[in-house]
Amino acid sequence: MASLKDMRVQIASVKATQKITKAMQMVAAAKLKRAQDAAENARPYAKRMAEVIANLARGVSGDAAPKLLAGTGSTQNHLVVVATADRGLAGGFNSSIVRAAREHIRGLIAEGKTVRILTVGRKGLDQLKRQYADQIVGSFELAKTLNLDVAQPIADAIFTAFDNGQADVVTLYYSQFRSVISQVPTPKQLIPAEIEATTEETSGGAVYEYEPSEEEILETLLPRNLTVQILASLLENNAGFYAAQMSAMDNATRNAGEMIKAMNLKYNRKRQAQITTELIEIIAGAEAI
Amino acid sequence: MAEKLHVSLVTPEKELFSGDVDQVIAPGSEGEFGVLVNHAPFMTTLAEGMVTILDGDKKRMYQVRGGFADVNAEGMTILAESAEEYVETVH
Repeated sequence: MASLKDMRVQIASVKATQKITKAMQMVAAAKLKRAQDAAENARPYAKRMAEVIANLARGVSGDAAPKLLAGTGSTQNHLVVVATADRGLAGGFNSSIVRAAREHIRGLIAEGKTVRILTVGRKGLDQLKRQYADQIVGSFELAKTLNLDVAQPIADAIFTAFDNGQADVVTLYYSQFRSVISQVPTPKQLIPAEIEATTEETSGGAVYEYEPSEEEILETLLPRNLTVQILASLLENNAGFYAAQMSAMDNATRNAGEMIKAMNLKYNRKRQAQITTELIEIIAGAEAI
Repeated sequence: MAEKLHVSLVTPEKELFSGDVDQVIAPGSEGEFGVLVNHAPFMTTLAEGMVTILDGDKKRMYQVRGGFADVNAEGMTILAESAEEYVETVH
């Protein structure tokens, strides 16, 4: 049985842990606000971009369509980009993304496809290199501030793989930020570019005028779109990460609180028992005189 | 003039401007162009330069770098890689 002093030390240690988790929760909450704003601000751009491409894609068809849009015609080589966070302590946030990606990879390998993996964020690399060390062709770490400069190298790596014929289909796994309590691991197909089939024809079938030519625009716009889609996903990930960390730390703080309560109860009981024993001893001693 | 051109200027960071205006002048890669309401569907890449949005006697200017402009029946969308509002110094 632990002594009273041991118990005091233990309670103090849990209290210290609780202070840390509480602080982390508050930091995450503060950062979440900013990350959420950034993710929401990036949405209109990504959405407009997709609309513009959908519009353009309707115009070009068949062999004229760029490979980034139509694909290479083969589905043998798959490149899976797994985007997670750099840090943990966020509940199941990173694991759920990796799990979704791993399932996808396992399915592809079972089908006999060649799979290459690109990881973004340290946690995804840590979790995937145990099982798929040979398939990982590259990894990226995230910067403090997420902007196009972060997304560009990732996009460049994808293009290189695509140009070398190492990637016919590119899929990005990230966590979609639905709300503070819900982040959904989502696959997003980057190549061939996913076209929203439901987008209504905004131009009413009128002939578009292009400056410079349609093909030239598509050629610059498609790589641009890829970078933007990656950035948007990273921003969603970032917001989701802080949301997950906030709720994980909230839980930890609450659990620590419950633990302290239970331990205090035990400690006080023991202390009372000891006092009672001492009193009995004193009274017994006094009577004996 | 009842009819107005709906224009939105967005960058990856945020939506800078969205609203109904009279006219937009933008730096296309093959020359500066102006857009009024009911412009024919038109799409172009943008060069580095100034986007001017005119509404009544109000005038907003944005310094943009790279990107695209898309004009269709619903309005005009400027997708700029980077843009910031340009504040004219008063003489």
